[in-house]
Amino acid sequence: MAWTWFHRLGSPPYVYRLAARLTPWFAWPAALLILGGLYGGLVLAPADYQQGDGFRIIYVHAPSAWMSLMVYVTMASAAVGLIWRIKVAHAVAASCAPIGASFTAAALLTGMLWGRPMWGTYWEWDPRLTSELLLLFLYLGYIGLRSAFEDLQRADRTSAVLAIVGVVNVPIIHYSVTWWNSLHQAPSVMKLGKPEIATAMLVPLLMMLAGFTLYFGAVLLVRLRGEVLRRERSTAWIREALGA
Amino acid sequence: MRAQASARPLPLQETSALAAAGLVLARDLRLAFRRREQLAQPLAFFAIVTTLFPLSITPELSGLRTIAPGVLWVAALLAGLLALEFLFRDDALDGTLEQYALSGQSLTWLLFAKTAAHWLLTGLPLAVVAPLAAGALGVPANAFAGIVVLIAVGTLALSLIGAIGAALTLGVKRGGVLLSLLTLPLAVPVLIFGSRATELAIRGESYVAPLELLAALAVLGVTLAPLAAAAAVRISLE
Amino acid sequence: MTHFLQMGGYARFLWPSYGITFAVIALNIYWARRLLSQSRAQARRRLLVQAEHA
Repeated sequence: MAWTWFHRLGSPPYVYRLAARLTPWFAWPAALLILGGLYGGLVLAPADYQQGDGFRIIYVHAPSAWMSLMVYVTMASAAVGLIWRIKVAHAVAASCAPIGASFTAAALLTGMLWGRPMWGTYWEWDPRLTSELLLLFLYLGYIGLRSAFEDLQRADRTSAVLAIVGVVNVPIIHYSVTWWNSLHQAPSVMKLGKPEIATAMLVPLLMMLAGFTLYFGAVLLVRLRGEVLRRERSTAWIREALGA
Repeated sequence: MRAQASARPLPLQETSALAAAGLVLARDLRLAFRRREQLAQPLAFFAIVTTLFPLSITPELSGLRTIAPGVLWVAALLAGLLALEFLFRDDALDGTLEQYALSGQSLTWLLFAKTAAHWLLTGLPLAVVAPLAAGALGVPANAFAGIVVLIAVGTLALSLIGAIGAALTLGVKRGGVLLSLLTLPLAVPVLIFGSRATELAIRGESYVAPLELLAALAVLGVTLAPLAAAAAVRISLE
Repeated sequence: MTHFLQMGGYARFLWPSYGITFAVIALNIYWARRLLSQSRAQARRRLLVQAEHA
């Protein structure tokens, strides 16, 4: 029973229609959670003992950083497409790239804006920012590789190999950067989350993380429909789907 | 000259896996030695890049000694990148890669042989030459042996990582830049461990810990990189 | 209200951060919808071409 449903996920017309139906179920809860998290984070949560109101940047920085990683891991789902030749999996991977890259850039910029009042400088080679920067390069490489091929199928399959290689490397890169940074004992370490974070501060953060995750789902579903259409040649179901 | 060498296909079908890899390795080395002048190019590039740093920063040896680890590794990385574009290109153009894929031998294994040839032609010579560059940057002679070992292991890992990028960008017009963009982030751990170990070697301290990490990367590369490269090559042949 | 906007003096870092993040949120929604409508238009064109050749 579960297998039939899983098998259906490989079917472009099924996915196209399912994605359309599911989108509001991701979009509306996402909006509510984000708005709730904004109110909780900007208004309700008390100012931080050390960072004052500046710490509130965490409510956009942390979700962006979370997105950058989560989306990259999702992109590696293209592996499924590579091994079992499932076009829908490639469509998922293709949908992820611009989302992930733009949120990685947002994480970097908000990290820098957070760093300026806290460290005194816009840029510090601390492990988190440096890893985030390298992740951006990985995304740009992926997007660059995709765009190098005219043939969509070759682009899909080649970039799938890169995504798998990348996802294996991300923990290695992060480990090596953290190791490198600890050697030189950077004078100021950004305190992203203190061990005991007050509930009033934590709850909005969790809401934002959940909200961004659902938002990703919604945007992914919309892009997925577009990417699935681009990969389809057979007309039968398309005529029906477009008429709908 | 070139056409003759590639016109004769290697008898891969009837041989053992080890022998087949040996044939591929030998062929690549033979072809490289036909154009002997080109063999020295990565070394010349390495020397030139190394020279740029004193010119742009300081002639003081004490200052150079501090940046020497970074300079050596960045220069080695860039020199290795240069030759990578051609790792698979010629064989892809004249059908040899296709022959390898269809030979019944493991393509992964054969591509490993090609990558080993690349390292023997680029990385290993760099390792031998590196002490000269290091000395010019104020590094004391007691660190030289360590530097040879470290650069040898590191460039092996880099050749393997680079082979993935080379396979992915096969047939891409002006793919050299894209190859570099893909390879460099993946090469960062090698850079970090290698230069840290070099730094310790220069100070006369034990560099075993980062060397072990570097060796682990090389081992990981040996096991996984040719697999990924083979997958990418097969895709390009479809 | 001004106290809220000033954010304890961190306003010039905090509000641009929020601005950038929400710009990216809006941008992704825009890109996604544009991709879908472009793909639908392309698919329609393909159908027309195929119908003509039939």
